Amino acid sequence: MQDPPTLADLLGAGRAVANHRPWPRAAVTPESWLLATRQLAAERLALLGYWGERDAVHMAAFEESSGAIGVLSLDCPEGHFPSVAQLHPPALHLEAAIRDLFGLEPRGSPDPRPWLDHGRWDIRHPLGRRDGPAEPRPYEFLPAEGESLHEIAVGPVHAGIIEPGHFRFTAQGETVVRLEERLGYVHKGVESLMAGAESGWAARLAGRVSGDSTVAYGLAFARAAEAALGIEAPRRAAWLRALMAELERLANHFGDIGAVCNDAAFSLMHAHCGILRERVLRAADACFGHRLMRDRIVPGGVASDLGDHGVARLRELIAEIRRRFPKLVELYDNTASLQDRTVATGVLSAALARQYACGGFVGRASGRTFDARRAPSYPPYDELRFDVPVLDAGDVNARVWVRISEVEASLSLIDQILDRLPPGAVCVETPAAGSAQEAMALVEGFRGDVLVWLRLDGSGRVERCHLRDPSWFQWPLLEAAIEGNIVADFPLCNKSFNCSYSGHDL
Amino acid sequence: MRKIILESFIHGPLTERSPGADADAVAEYAAALERAARRRFGRSLAIRQVDAGSCNGCELEIHALSNAFYDVERFGLRFVASPRHADVLLVTGPVTRNMREALERTWRATPDPKWVVAVGDCAADGGMFAGSYACVGAVSAVVPVDLHIRGCPPGPTALLRGLLALVQGGATDHAA
Repeated sequence: MQDPPTLADLLGAGRAVANHRPWPRAAVTPESWLLATRQLAAERLALLGYWGERDAVHMAAFEESSGAIGVLSLDCPEGHFPSVAQLHPPALHLEAAIRDLFGLEPRGSPDPRPWLDHGRWDIRHPLGRRDGPAEPRPYEFLPAEGESLHEIAVGPVHAGIIEPGHFRFTAQGETVVRLEERLGYVHKGVESLMAGAESGWAARLAGRVSGDSTVAYGLAFARAAEAALGIEAPRRAAWLRALMAELERLANHFGDIGAVCNDAAFSLMHAHCGILRERVLRAADACFGHRLMRDRIVPGGVASDLGDHGVARLRELIAEIRRRFPKLVELYDNTASLQDRTVATGVLSAALARQYACGGFVGRASGRTFDARRAPSYPPYDELRFDVPVLDAGDVNARVWVRISEVEASLSLIDQILDRLPPGAVCVETPAAGSAQEAMALVEGFRGDVLVWLRLDGSGRVERCHLRDPSWFQWPLLEAAIEGNIVADFPLCNKSFNCSYSGHDL
Repeated sequence: MRKIILESFIHGPLTERSPGADADAVAEYAAALERAARRRFGRSLAIRQVDAGSCNGCELEIHALSNAFYDVERFGLRFVASPRHADVLLVTGPVTRNMREALERTWRATPDPKWVVAVGDCAADGGMFAGSYACVGAVSAVVPVDLHIRGCPPGPTALLRGLLALVQGGATDHAA
């Protein structure tokens, strides 16, 4: 029997595309495309991204055994392509988005329903053929059959201060038999606004894809733009970017650890974690001029330098967190009523996390070690020492503990960055390349790996930009994790995932 | 746990002084309200937040209003879970077309008299998303807006000033 093809084999069998950095891209045949799909299904490759263009589809894949990353592209002049989701379910929603936005038909797709297009736009296939609007049709939820089942419809407007989406529960008594999510409510047409935009404006738009990850998106876009233009941000800028990224991680972890406890009716943790989050945001404001550090990362570097005052302020912040946080961790660990809610609740199996190549703390609480800071890595993380905590239990408690450990790792990273912050400039010019250039970037946000794929034209304007939030591979797993739990534990499970609606809906 | 609670008693509160009402916001609000409605509410407002397409940045800062530093409830402002209980809708986002109907229905479900506060640059004019096929744009294009709080996102202090203007605008007018 022939050995299964490696990613290098698949790329080698195609036609290499020039000017794609830093990883290779190749145009392949429909047969190779299907062969690659089979490698995804066999989990020899992990799906990193899957997006469309007017007449082509692309998939980005990661081969864990070799560390290789590459993009396979398939031209579809006839307007269709072989479905990836027919063999590899994690591709399902990305594939439906390709159909909605470009009008390209995934042949063999197991699910014909639209995803982002709710029948409310003036046009169909806005990034493709731009057809006239269709009549809105009712959305058919998947059926559930059995004795004494009832449905609970929640959203899109939820009870809390959170983003909109619709959850359709089928329950038997208190037990969830099936959850089906319907998303797309906050689809803003980001990728259509990107097309033709000047790269500085596009960078700011990227920073508004998901508000809680504005640093991660800013960083991913900037790294993609720099790779496309063949330039590198100054060393000091790379270190300041990592500093901001770790502050963003801290702020989100504090907010969510508290919020998970609050959803288990333990408001004391929420109040104290809220204080730590606020302290991080105030320090960020004092050091970088914006509480969420929005628009501080730009293609070419960073928009503001960090002075001696900033360094001192951050050292105070770290000291304060180190004084306060361990007591809160002890409180979490020693409160039996809280543990009763979080332990063994909302279990995500390691097998599903692996199949979906699920990133972030959700994957790492279910045995998946991937962290983009470690591999493929990017400056300055290749020079820093940090732990990537991984647990196997996959429950709400494990997701909380991974985040607690990541807080400690981030504190250590910030220490190292402040100790060794290199001198020099913080930004370089970004001259246009004169010809079309492509690039892909992968960075680790607090929620997981954010992927940006970019094509700039000769004048430096964006021709096509795709931004893939980690939530694409996490949302479907929430549906699996809630099965068999009680309805009342859904907020707890949902918060422990904390997927992005805006980042997913684009 | 007892130690943490005890410490909270010993150390002073973190809650900071009121930033005061925003003068422009007071003016905008005063013009938009009826005196009778203000009398009915006194100085308490029940707020229902509606994300109509935001990036979630505004929600993060609205959340911050409830932390120990800002403690929004001391001003009689509280967040409620249903539009049926609300006096004020706090709306964010460039109103996506996919959320338009949900926003309209939420507005209709809110009993009169009611106010709408549009939070953030997107809610004011669509922000960077203006002109997209998927967005309506300003909140005021969908439901009547009484007050705008701008920013990307507006910080908790700016939000607090705007919301205080809602409460104090009534009081000012009362005195006059």
